[in-house]
Amino acid sequence: MTSTRTTGDARGPEVRRQSAVRALYAGNARAVLGRELAATRSTTWTVILSGFFEPVFYLLAMGKGLGAFIGDVTLPSGQVVSYAAFIAPGLLAVSAMNGAVYDSTWNVFFKMNMGGRLFQSMLTTSIGPLDVALGEIAFALLRGGAYAAAFLVIMQVLGLVLSPWALLAVPAVLLIAFGFASIGMAITSYMTTIQQMDVINTVLLPMFLFSATFYPITVYPEPVQWVVKAFPLWHAVELIRGLTTGALSGAMLGHLTYFVVMIAVGITFTAKRLRALFLD
Amino acid sequence: MTVISARGLVKRYGDLAAVDGIDFEVPAGESFGLLGPNGAGKSTTMRMVGAVSARTAGDLTVLGLDPDTHGPEIRAQLGVVPQEDNLDLELRARDNLVVYGRYFGISRAECLRRADELLAFAQLEDKATAKVDDLSGGMKRRLTIARALINTPRVLMLDEPTTGLDPQARHVLWDRLFRLKERGTTLVLTTHYMDEAEQLCDRLIVVDHGRIMAEGSPAELIRRYSTREVVELRFGTDRNADAGARLESAADRVEVLPDRVLLYTDDGERLLEHVAREGMRPTTSLVRRSSLEDVFLRLTGRSLIE
Repeated sequence: MTSTRTTGDARGPEVRRQSAVRALYAGNARAVLGRELAATRSTTWTVILSGFFEPVFYLLAMGKGLGAFIGDVTLPSGQVVSYAAFIAPGLLAVSAMNGAVYDSTWNVFFKMNMGGRLFQSMLTTSIGPLDVALGEIAFALLRGGAYAAAFLVIMQVLGLVLSPWALLAVPAVLLIAFGFASIGMAITSYMTTIQQMDVINTVLLPMFLFSATFYPITVYPEPVQWVVKAFPLWHAVELIRGLTTGALSGAMLGHLTYFVVMIAVGITFTAKRLRALFLD
Repeated sequence: MTVISARGLVKRYGDLAAVDGIDFEVPAGESFGLLGPNGAGKSTTMRMVGAVSARTAGDLTVLGLDPDTHGPEIRAQLGVVPQEDNLDLELRARDNLVVYGRYFGISRAECLRRADELLAFAQLEDKATAKVDDLSGGMKRRLTIARALINTPRVLMLDEPTTGLDPQARHVLWDRLFRLKERGTTLVLTTHYMDEAEQLCDRLIVVDHGRIMAEGSPAELIRRYSTREVVELRFGTDRNADAGARLESAADRVEVLPDRVLLYTDDGERLLEHVAREGMRPTTSLVRRSSLEDVFLRLTGRSLIE
């Protein structure tokens, strides 16, 4: 009986590869994004606003409050900046991460497993798993991007933007959000119970606290530094901090590469997993 | 023209063969049914035809295309009504149709036009801005069918379309499906209700344990596998088996179920008279025409709904 399948596969690797791409992607991610925007109309705005205020509160409490006791910080470049100006870019990176992660993990989990099994119904249409992944991630990016832009405005108002390079922080934040959303969605697509979802919070909180967000990484002994550098948030914080303080360096290319790889890995696994779940 | 053609279709999950080598063809415009109990492999077959589940073996073409290589093209021309409603709960009724149409790449303006048309067809015009959760079971089902029609599909696939609905809601739904059939839409539906199969299907296959037990129109199947009439007698749980044995020679065939005895015959009234002459006193007796339920019982020794 399997012989008939073998003849089906004998059309040559070229045909198979083409159809494999087509099976994954219909070039219609905007329909998925459109669905998210339509659904946003019914969500409560307090949830969306709370995600924006969280880093602002941190900035005021730690940067302004605690900062009054701490004084100034000397950057590796030798530049001396206020404590608030030191942590603000870190918090900007964190807000991008939070916005992207929230939409790509919890929201995606509910869409996959409950609430009418949204992805299942999407994938009975001509749309492919890659359309779903990109549409959802694009939506997460919109939110992450909006948070970042608003936070930059606050930084500007408080006098914490020290360089015109800070304008590039907006696209940088989008890249960071893209990376977190891709990985977040990939991980979520493998989760089947709510209990497993707790793993995400278990990773996020220590990453938030220890990724050189509130103090320079040099306070750690070298082995610990390497561990911190393995996690994405450190790269995000360093990239944004370089831009808002104007302390540019070649290492920033490394941070960019980290996120490009993160995006590629995340999207590949998400599309694979969605295909296995709903189309096999 | 053949719309669906399956030959030696198999789907295995590990060692379990959910679909174990089935063959069928559906010509355009036909209303084709898969009748069988839960777990017979009906839904799995539907998923393979719907190009959302890859077959393990066999040949399958849907609208002339192989689902393995042309999944998106096939799905673009199908309307799917799944067993459990999976409407978008975050969207209102009308938006459910519009957003779903957008997944097919249909322009927003066209989606809006079709959505209004389909809401009218589903008799839901006044529910256009209702939340999905506020709709009754029957309304949700009709909305799901309207949604499945947004891409003007060539084939409408319905998995257990009326399971869980009350009798009135079922009749409203059947009426809508009948209209689609009259317009020439090809319908493929699964059901474990024989009355539904009799109402809607031109032709059907009876499926059990992933295999086809019989194939034909409802009337043909009844003629071939059952008698014209059936006498149902209830003697009480302990006495049904004895009564069945005593009446063995009087009927063409006897089935003893836990709660009743079924006597298959071409003349029910005459058989009832015989029962009376024998001095047997059933607590209830009923003469009815044979149904697909009887066909299924004959073919598998089990009833459809257990």
